[in-house]
Amino acid sequence: MTQPLLAQYFPILVFLGIAGGIALAMVGGSILLARQKPDAEKLSAYECGFAPFDDTRRRFDVRFYLVAILFIIFDLEVAFLFPWAVTLGDIGWLGFFSMMGFLFVLTVGFIYEWRKGALDWE
Amino acid sequence: MIAGLAFYFFAFILIAAAVMVVTARNPVHSVIWLIAAFFNAAALFLIAGAEFLAMILVIVYVGAVAVLFLFVVMMLDVDFAQLREGVQRYAPIGAVVGGILFLELLLVLSVWRFAPDAAALRMAPMPEGVTNTEAIGRILYTDHIYLFQISGLILLVAMIGAIVLTLRDRPGTKRQDVGAQIARSSAVAMARPELGEGIRREDILRPLPPPAKEAPKPVTHEGGHH
Repeated sequence: MTQPLLAQYFPILVFLGIAGGIALAMVGGSILLARQKPDAEKLSAYECGFAPFDDTRRRFDVRFYLVAILFIIFDLEVAFLFPWAVTLGDIGWLGFFSMMGFLFVLTVGFIYEWRKGALDWE
Repeated sequence: MIAGLAFYFFAFILIAAAVMVVTARNPVHSVIWLIAAFFNAAALFLIAGAEFLAMILVIVYVGAVAVLFLFVVMMLDVDFAQLREGVQRYAPIGAVVGGILFLELLLVLSVWRFAPDAAALRMAPMPEGVTNTEAIGRILYTDHIYLFQISGLILLVAMIGAIVLTLRDRPGTKRQDVGAQIARSSAVAMARPELGEGIRREDILRPLPPPAKEAPKPVTHEGGHH
């Protein structure tokens, strides 16, 4: 009933189990064996540390967001390239030129963003 | 047996992480739980035999979309006290909208039937002796060429939309203008100073004076004799 492919992923499952087991053993062992003496002073900033001045969450430039979106778009473009590269021998010229058309459309977008200066920082 | 156990394990973590996404107080924690949900969904894809989709889910969603969500969460600058203020006022209309959506979901679920050949298809998602990625590649670019090209156009629209919405010119920006750079090449003078004298123009070559004289002398001599 199971996929034959899954047998190849069994070592990863074993690794997941080992990693989870070690993590649990470390945290659980420290909880069970170590002496617990909670104190408010242990959690306070001391000596070289100081209380934070303001919130970590603050507005920042929208250009980071633009760069992230452009990264996602080209990430997806590359994701489409993988099956194409694997099967290029089977899909013939139609498959080849279909990908060339796809790349052409995205290259138009790339030239647009380059000319608009979306890739410039300052 | 092992696959079945793994399915229930990952499905349980997936649902628990999804619940935590909705209930976590801190939106940043929500995004972290969302990443955990993505990883478990990738494991479920693997169990269903969709190897390529599982890897793409990890690469695209965990690597890119989650980062984008983090940016959005950071940019929203959520003020929790301000958010709580509106709850009393907006609770009734929110409940109505949620109730309608829930009813619609119930309607959809009540007429849900599995296709008769679904069980067979699930276990044979690809032809024998072909990897998952190859099976996708064989039909995506030829049989489904229109959908493929439309996805390219959607990506183009997303790209242009993101630029139109977020890119604005700010006054202090310095951009390279290649045309202007080449056009001002006449303003740079080449000089061959005498040995040991320099060009004696405060060490900076100023642009040449406009050609008022009929025959401007070379810069070398001006620099040497003044």
